[in-house]
Amino acid sequence: MATPSIAVARPAPSRFPRPGGARAFVERLRSGDEIAHLITLIFASTILFLTAWLVYELWVHSALPRQTFGLGFLTASTWDPVFEHFGALPFIYGTVVTSALGLLIAVPIGVGAAIFLAELAPHGISEALTFSIELLAAVPSVIIGLLGIFVLVPILRKVVEPFLKATLGFLPFFQGPAFGIGFLAAGLILAIMVVPFIISISRGILLAVPTEQREAALALGATKWESTWKVVVPYARTGIMGSVFLALARALGETMAVTMVIGNDPKISASLFAPGYTIAAAIANEFTEATGDLHLQALIELGLVLFFLTILINAFGRILILVTTRKGTSRE
Amino acid sequence: MVKGNLKKSVATLIALFSLLVVGLLLAAPRQLTQAAQAGPVSLTAAGATFPYPIYSKWFDEYHKLHSDISINYASIGSGGGIQQLKAGTVDFGASDMPLNDKLLADFPFKVLQFPTVLGAVLPTYNIPGVSASLNFTPEALAGIYLGKITKWNDPAITGPNEGVNLPGEDIVVVHRSEGSGTTFVWTDYLSKVSADWKSRVGSGASVNWPVGLGGKGNEGVAGTIKQTPYSIGYVELIYALQSHMNYGTVKNSSGKFVKADLASVTAAGAGASRQMAKDIRVSITDPGEPSAYPICSFTYLLIPVKIADPVKLDTIKQFLHWMLTQGQNDAEPLAYARLPKEVVAIELTQISQIQ
Repeated sequence: MATPSIAVARPAPSRFPRPGGARAFVERLRSGDEIAHLITLIFASTILFLTAWLVYELWVHSALPRQTFGLGFLTASTWDPVFEHFGALPFIYGTVVTSALGLLIAVPIGVGAAIFLAELAPHGISEALTFSIELLAAVPSVIIGLLGIFVLVPILRKVVEPFLKATLGFLPFFQGPAFGIGFLAAGLILAIMVVPFIISISRGILLAVPTEQREAALALGATKWESTWKVVVPYARTGIMGSVFLALARALGETMAVTMVIGNDPKISASLFAPGYTIAAAIANEFTEATGDLHLQALIELGLVLFFLTILINAFGRILILVTTRKGTSRE
Repeated sequence: MVKGNLKKSVATLIALFSLLVVGLLLAAPRQLTQAAQAGPVSLTAAGATFPYPIYSKWFDEYHKLHSDISINYASIGSGGGIQQLKAGTVDFGASDMPLNDKLLADFPFKVLQFPTVLGAVLPTYNIPGVSASLNFTPEALAGIYLGKITKWNDPAITGPNEGVNLPGEDIVVVHRSEGSGTTFVWTDYLSKVSADWKSRVGSGASVNWPVGLGGKGNEGVAGTIKQTPYSIGYVELIYALQSHMNYGTVKNSSGKFVKADLASVTAAGAGASRQMAKDIRVSITDPGEPSAYPICSFTYLLIPVKIADPVKLDTIKQFLHWMLTQGQNDAEPLAYARLPKEVVAIELTQISQIQ
């Protein structure tokens, strides 16, 4: 570090950097690299440490129900704080169904909108729309939940659910009384909440696809849409999938908006009109007033279940991508 | 130059460090002297959310009377209050439910329970075309919440409501989704009036509901009822009074249909005072008093029997005394029912047990 400063201090410095100076410069860069390496390593391991700590805390504080119920906790479907029978299955079911429903609605809309904004829309419109989409992502979930109760639920009860019942009522998903509140409302609310994530990230990824890719496709005689759909989107596929995973993580953990519209009834029913319950909602609802140790620890174990459920679904999704990507390459 | 820089920074470091040391030395004795004086007393408490408005009013009023005493209350829920008290992180707790023997056994120290005010829970409903105040029998309420009575024109409902044209529509049952003292009172009442309810569901802040939709908070239940035709739910008296909701009367054990108001709720507390002399935790739902509204309960402060700090001990005892006497006048303007004088007398003697 010292050499360059001394060189400057000399009365008649050489105009050309001396070999010693250059070597020292390289060395300094290298040592700087090492510092940067160390700092970023510490930051990265903080995440790992936090995650491990989280699992440890959840594990330690859920000892009682793990001993009492064992694996039966995952398969039992009664949740009775009075008689202290705790089973997580209805909550797991509710979490998976609402998240899947949310993504089923949000992914086509989100990816479609991202394609339009990145590839087809004029620049000005694209920028303006992206800005408003990012604003939508910043709306607090309690506001979305309130809109859900007072706007979405009445529409579902009066218009959408009777219509679905009349047209697709032969399917088990669209049967039973229409309260408006239930799985369908929760799935729609989640879709509204995650769509901005998918659009915003996917648009960025699509914009980052090199222009040469498009030009090459067009040069080969592809139409604008063919170049978009057959070249640009496959090129950006991994990134788009990343945005879907982020959306999924948000959907699995969303609490406030979901609990306001799902009906909070721990039952498993095939009908999307029926009320249900999610893991995050159950924890938020019952934690503050849980008095017995077993009840409290069962809620903590629910947190543990949600953690592993998230890992499991993510792993499954990644395997799915791997498989589909291989298929894609082998066909070409 | 580098050496100069280094020296400079070392000098700065030393200067900063010595400043810090000097600062600490100067500050430390001041802190010590402050602690030695009797000085301001600061108490922390945590627990139930239902009585939070009246508690914050009381703690504020008390601070105005005694400017050196401040009590901070965190309304984190009854369960949280019990946990915090058990862990010793607060000076006292608050709960909407009396602590039963099993919970008390978990405590590392003895706890006294002081009822502070009364609350009531009442049935509210949304039946298009019916604006009359409905009369509910205990059997009808239990039947509806068990899922046995499913239509509004069931004889159990129409019987005591002659002249009201009740439709043959399905009843949509609404309950609180989160654990709450309101649910505890409601299920405690249903457990008393229905053996079937007691064995199948029981009473608690969260229960395994046989039927119904869960709304989050009083506002969630009220909102769901407002939105859903032919629904029934339960809310706190305060919430119903403040939001001008329509609610029904409930038949008490003397066979009278009573509408919940502050007087009929206080009467329920008075009816239980004889039993309370033996055990202060007695549940007052479905009391014998003829003028009493049957679905109500006390909310409690949880005070450790032994308080080591003599200043805190005095402060807590004095506050309890003030709360039971003058403080009660603040209850009714905030729509809480005040304690009956019989109960106040019991509690005043209980204060002397705190040491």
